Amino acid sequence: MSAKPDTRLTLFLLLAPAVLWLGLLIVLPHVEILILSFSERVAPRVYVFGFGNYLEFFTEPLYWRTFARTAIMSILVTVLTLVLAFPIALYIARVAQGRLRAMLLLLCLLPFWVSELVRTLGWMMLLRETGVISYVLQATGLTGQRIEFLYNDGAVILGLVYGGLLFMIVPLANALESLEPAVVEAGFDLGGSRWTVLRRIVVPHAMPGIVAGSIIVFMLTVGNFATPVLLGGKNGLWFTEQIYAQFITRFNWPQGAAFGMLLLLLSSAIVWAGLRLTGQSLGTTLKQA
Amino acid sequence: MNRPSVAWKLYIAAFYIFLFAPLLVVAIFAFNASPFPSPPWKGFTLEWFIGSGDAFGKPGVLVDPIWLDTIANSFKVAVPVALLAIVVGTVNAWVLERAEFPGKTLLSMMMLWPLVIPGVVLGISILAFFSRVANGLEEWLQTDLDFLRPGLPLVILGQLSFILTIATLIIAARLRKFDRSLEEAAFDLGASRARVLRTITLPFLRPALIGAGLVALLMSFENFNTTLMLVGSEAPLPITMYGQMREGATPAINAVSLLLMLGVGGIVGIFALTSKTER
Repeated sequence: MSAKPDTRLTLFLLLAPAVLWLGLLIVLPHVEILILSFSERVAPRVYVFGFGNYLEFFTEPLYWRTFARTAIMSILVTVLTLVLAFPIALYIARVAQGRLRAMLLLLCLLPFWVSELVRTLGWMMLLRETGVISYVLQATGLTGQRIEFLYNDGAVILGLVYGGLLFMIVPLANALESLEPAVVEAGFDLGGSRWTVLRRIVVPHAMPGIVAGSIIVFMLTVGNFATPVLLGGKNGLWFTEQIYAQFITRFNWPQGAAFGMLLLLLSSAIVWAGLRLTGQSLGTTLKQA
Repeated sequence: MNRPSVAWKLYIAAFYIFLFAPLLVVAIFAFNASPFPSPPWKGFTLEWFIGSGDAFGKPGVLVDPIWLDTIANSFKVAVPVALLAIVVGTVNAWVLERAEFPGKTLLSMMMLWPLVIPGVVLGISILAFFSRVANGLEEWLQTDLDFLRPGLPLVILGQLSFILTIATLIIAARLRKFDRSLEEAAFDLGASRARVLRTITLPFLRPALIGAGLVALLMSFENFNTTLMLVGSEAPLPITMYGQMREGATPAINAVSLLLMLGVGGIVGIFALTSKTER
């Protein structure tokens, strides 16, 4: 339709925003923190190349313990979310019909369009020593005095599982929807128990959804900041908090950059391992969600 | 499996109670006539929305300059983010769906990256990079470049870094469904490229453009992790809420949350309606 140089100019102009976006906001900033993470301060405003920031991470127990704790608790949260979400997704995809199904899915979506801070505020108001649950327990005479449910690992896990549920339910329901009822019935006809059919037919079929949901929930959990800090208080000890402390409170950017790289590495490693184990690509996985 | 057991049904019911309990508690206690956002119930009041502060020492949300400023800051960020997301997202969608060039697969893969980078890491990397750029440019130009320092412009860039991916995916999905023979027909009838774009292609994309804009608006309004790292003295809503929640807040924070929920409900409603009329 148009001459050759013209189309090349058009292509250049069309590509410009994407290149600027990915270059200036993603690639170069990450190169910057990679370089920053390998620089050590030897005198005020003088930096040299070195592995000091990473060594500091391995030698200071608070840092690597917080890192390990964040990783382990995130895996726990992911598993819990999967177990809690599976019956819901199965119900939405296989049992509920028509309007009920649409409504159940919509009701699932609604709370997640509300800010994370609002949801966390709700949990704080429920769990606090002066909060609703403690008040109800005391008013009904079940306990003599107020109970603090906040500021412990249980509260952190509860908040994180709550935050991850939707991102598990939607991919699971999508995967389960395509399961042929005839296949399930054949399983029963061949003498399979409920448990066998679930384990041998339903779960394998839902695998793409399980992987997609688990990866997304893990990523969101590991990178979360507000939920562990607000619900865990001093006992929250989440790795993102360490990054924040180094960058904003202590103004030790090289150390914070090293922590950032480690978090990125952890998150990417899990995503990669999850995709690798099940032979899926990032594109199709994100589409599931 | 098709006949759900009672236990299963009970579990579903319990699950939905669990899902909505925190939101209900937040909403209900926005109307409690008490200086603290906790039980017991001391009577209904609108003080935390429109009160002047005589009753409990602190004014209601819609009167308090602290809350009004922070809501205004959120809009100052969210509106540019949404508009830029629509424009850049459309161009990107065009690149993904229409253009052919070497390295396209790599580019389309790179566009997904921002979704797998933790928000906190996006925040610190952009903070560090733009500080370096600012240091370099300021030395060279001998002038202050405050917009590259923590503050609302940097928050806009930080949020765009991942919201652009979402906007691009939404618009590209719609563009993929477009029947190109419609455009060809218009060309055959003698329409110019600009006219075809204006009268055929963009009207077709409109629901996706609106959808992408609304999603961008919501995500910007609610983003916490990336914003926290890039914020200066003017704080958007989630940052102010976070500060208040750490210190111990008045029910004004419940009132703000309720307004936020209503706003989100409204936007999701519009979104649902526009996407429904489309199908």
